[in-house]
Amino acid sequence: MNEWLLVVGMAIVTFAVRYPPLVLVGRVALPRAVLRALRYVPVAVLTAIIVPAVLLPEGAFTPISPHALASVVAGIVAWRTRQLLPTITAGMGLFLLLRMLANGA
Amino acid sequence: MQLAFFTQGGKVVTISKQAEFWRGVKDTLPLILGTVPFGIVFGALGVNGGLSPLATLSMSLFVYAGSSQFVAAGLVASGVGAGFIILTTLVVNLRHMLYAASLSPYVQSLGQRWLLPLGFSLTDETFAVVARRYPEADDSPYKHWYHLGSALAMYSNWQLSTVLGIAAGTQLQSIAAWGLDFAMVVTFVGIVVPLLVSRPLVVCALVASVVAVLTAGMPNKLGLLVAAGAGIAAGVAAEHWRAEPTLAQEAQA
Repeated sequence: MNEWLLVVGMAIVTFAVRYPPLVLVGRVALPRAVLRALRYVPVAVLTAIIVPAVLLPEGAFTPISPHALASVVAGIVAWRTRQLLPTITAGMGLFLLLRMLANGA
Repeated sequence: MQLAFFTQGGKVVTISKQAEFWRGVKDTLPLILGTVPFGIVFGALGVNGGLSPLATLSMSLFVYAGSSQFVAAGLVASGVGAGFIILTTLVVNLRHMLYAASLSPYVQSLGQRWLLPLGFSLTDETFAVVARRYPEADDSPYKHWYHLGSALAMYSNWQLSTVLGIAAGTQLQSIAAWGLDFAMVVTFVGIVVPLLVSRPLVVCALVASVVAVLTAGMPNKLGLLVAAGAGIAAGVAAEHWRAEPTLAQEAQA
């Protein structure tokens, strides 16, 4: 595969979703159906990235793991505080601790 | 140094471009904590998966979209063609359209000199930070300097951590074993959970979760696209379901 074709292609499509709406939306109205669907895009995409990484960390379904426990705690902290620093600290801290315990045992 | 005067709670406050810029940098620091390990993992994955060090760094420099770079590095490693990876990038990054659209009203007075870099550098992290600053009640005319500070802090951090990952890459054969890639998951949890403010959004997240797990075995991360599509459809549909119980209750009454 041509890796430069890949980099250029990825750069173009990424810029194409970021820049035009920043410039145009204040001036041009998007169809209501599009705006409505767009509202669900961040939650849908980010969730679809997170959940398999949490529940299938090694490729097999593992509902109880350092990944899952740390994510639940991070989720609770995120809901309560709505702040990223405590969420990341609590989630990563607990995750690294549980992994250490799991590997040490 | 240029200063602006504005009122906040009846007091006259002065704020400079520099002060806004550094506030933007400062408010972005917690997110940098989450993206440094993520950038290192991307750099290592890129060179271990078959990209040249220069192409790996170029992806960070010119694409600058962490989650799609991560997915792309994985797809390169499994030998998928460029066309499919570019299509996946487009879908994974579609959410930036929403970010850009919602910031658009705040940046209408700015020229291209501002809009081009601010558009290019829009990420989940910078959006999460500036979407809080712009609507704040004070009428500071330099909020775009805050935005620039946030974007530049995140951009430089991303390049630096990519370089670290490339340098470590050949040594770190199984970097996933370190668990560093989990930092991305925790950061995204911190971004998504506060967004779940209505029932349709919760339905969207639940459906995307279930479908993502069920389709995780599909080749080429196709499951990601299927799950995202299902989540969006479920969210839109849930807006309609909400009205129905009310009608049913009315009929009963």
